[in-house]
Amino acid sequence: MRVALFATCLVDTMVPQVAHATATLLQRLGHEVIVPAGQSCCGQMHVNTGYRREAVPIVANHVRAFAGAEAIVAPSGSCVASIHHQQAAVARRAGEHALADEAEALAGRTYELSQFLVDVLGVTDVGAYYPHRVTYHPTCHSLRLLRVGDRPLQLLRAVRGLDLVELPGAESCCGFGGTFAVKNADTSTAMLTDKMANVLATHAEVCTAGDSSCLLHIGGGLSRLRSGTRTVHLAEILASTEENSVQNGASAPSGTAIVPGRVDL
Amino acid sequence: MTAVFLGIPTAPAGVGNLRGDRSFPDAARDALRDGQLRANLGHATTTIRGKRAGVVAEVPDWAELREAGRAIKAATMARLDEHLIALEEQVTARGGTVHWARDATEANQIVTALVQATGATEVVKVKSMATQEIGLNEALEAAGIEALETDLAELIVQLGEDKPSHILVPAIHKNRAEIREIFARTIPGVDPHLTDDPRKLAMAAREHLRERFLRARVAVSGANFAVAETGTLAVVESEGNGRMCLTLPQTLITVMGIEKLVPTWRDLEVFLQLLPRSSTGERMNPYTSLWAGITPGDGPQDFHLVLLDNGRTAVLADEVGREALHCIRCSACLNVCPVYERTGGHAYGSVYPGPIGAVLSPQLTGVEDNASLPYASSLCGACYDVCPVAIDIPSILVHLRAEHVEAQTRTTPEAAAFRALSKVMSHPRLWRLAQRAAGLGRFLARGRPTLPAALPPPASAWTRTRDLPTPPAKTFTQQWAEEHGS
Repeated sequence: MRVALFATCLVDTMVPQVAHATATLLQRLGHEVIVPAGQSCCGQMHVNTGYRREAVPIVANHVRAFAGAEAIVAPSGSCVASIHHQQAAVARRAGEHALADEAEALAGRTYELSQFLVDVLGVTDVGAYYPHRVTYHPTCHSLRLLRVGDRPLQLLRAVRGLDLVELPGAESCCGFGGTFAVKNADTSTAMLTDKMANVLATHAEVCTAGDSSCLLHIGGGLSRLRSGTRTVHLAEILASTEENSVQNGASAPSGTAIVPGRVDL
Repeated sequence: MTAVFLGIPTAPAGVGNLRGDRSFPDAARDALRDGQLRANLGHATTTIRGKRAGVVAEVPDWAELREAGRAIKAATMARLDEHLIALEEQVTARGGTVHWARDATEANQIVTALVQATGATEVVKVKSMATQEIGLNEALEAAGIEALETDLAELIVQLGEDKPSHILVPAIHKNRAEIREIFARTIPGVDPHLTDDPRKLAMAAREHLRERFLRARVAVSGANFAVAETGTLAVVESEGNGRMCLTLPQTLITVMGIEKLVPTWRDLEVFLQLLPRSSTGERMNPYTSLWAGITPGDGPQDFHLVLLDNGRTAVLADEVGREALHCIRCSACLNVCPVYERTGGHAYGSVYPGPIGAVLSPQLTGVEDNASLPYASSLCGACYDVCPVAIDIPSILVHLRAEHVEAQTRTTPEAAAFRALSKVMSHPRLWRLAQRAAGLGRFLARGRPTLPAALPPPASAWTRTRDLPTPPAKTFTQQWAEEHGS
């Protein structure tokens, strides 16, 4: 299959290795990956912060960038949920009905990574090898908007060498919530603290999830506490093999590997 | 929004309890530091969440019941005016008197005048959100009438000169040791050896209340439901205090929000299954009182129903926000909310806290009077999942954020930034430039994997408690284009 990769604005800019991992994984499974150059953002941050009018041109750009794509995959439950639940609605509210129809059609071909693997490609064993103790945080939008259910866990259970430990209070929000993390920083931090306590209680080396935004939040907290526990996106684990192993996950600032190409000053 | 709706009045300021005096983030900051509050809330919400999940899971057709509840509410709201007239006719035909109150001020005046006409100087009260909303106790007190709360938790709040912090369990923020202290300090003649045993505390309250029930001539209640076709009012409760108030006094005054009605008797079948399981986590609540007008020689001989608008018509006019009127006040959304669980109810400023409060209060008052509440959520969606009438609270929160943004007449720095970003994100060439500029953030890191913790606002709101990784030298799309051409 020819798969168009939507990196998402956050992954593209801040954690490119997650998009690389997604591409590597899909190619390894025998699919052609294209990366439409015009892509930027799904518009979720604007919609959720109250700038739904300003989100419309972003939605239009997204629809333009991915027009004609057969299947679109993104390594993010939250962005895919926004594409499914918000894009057409904000366009329609602004009176842009043609755009809304196109966004709806595009949403029908847009998949979150774990759903694409399990439901569309029908694979749970992607041939990955990741010899680490890992706990999985189900992010709110993948859990409650996309209903990905246990698909990520099915994928993780099939990874060789991986020791999967259950996260207590897994379904509680980590406190990220987009601009919530900044507008209500104290409450967000209180939620994060409880999430980190649960992650640390598992004694996992790695906390994984399907959203880099939530991982940036959890990882940012774990790193600040110098906990030594790192956050790694599900795509990076699934892309990892004996030949090409992701030793130091990179979604979080805990490891040094996150500055690709070093810092040349 | 559509100009045709302008002019429908919202709940007036200066009366009632729908507005706090601080923004949510400000009030939350203090609440989060209260370790005892956090412990009490964590314990209580965890317990009730578990109970609810257990009794909901055993209902095989819960999803269908929930959909039925949603559909009945939506259909009722679409013809609310007709149903209200029908209710008035039925209540009147059965010997009751119906009063229409535009807002809190009018409702308080009506109730005060009704109590004064009886010559009574005290009333007993059934727990009621509507009367808390309009500040009835304060209005009665100003008229020299004492209002005694008879619901145990509401009594604890009243004796402690506190404010309710939960829709169902107003004293959820207090533990039993704190309740013992309040009782010991405030109940006249209380057993000096009172312990914090829940049974002992309940008995102390019962003794305090019993004599007042027997001598009360006037009771004030709210209503969980009103049936338009029969003129029946319904109150569901756990303690039996409501039953006492609804049957013993000569005069009964019920204050009810106009959204509380259902068209037919049969509709109760759905809601009386949804409500107790969602609220107290019980299969059925212990007491369900139903009455229509008056029955000669039995119960109150003078019944008044005060129908309260107080901003509800304005909510009904908003095609997205009106779903908030479907709420049956079960408080399941509060119990699952990760924000509420940590900040408690007082931080919301309004008598309606938690997720439903965050969508209801700003709509009743006008969003600018409660502008921080729609942002008091991480949009995790747990509230929508548990809501027994499927109110899409996250979508309403997002809608109200937009209403707030669009109500601004001056351009805020945030709005300027979001508008600029919109332009950039809708033009790929500008976006690539902006990404490259973001990459320059790595110079701040001086070779370290994270940015400095001391950054200027608004970045500091993040970096105070969380590290921010150093941006990579190249974005994914940039590197991909270099490797694959584009």
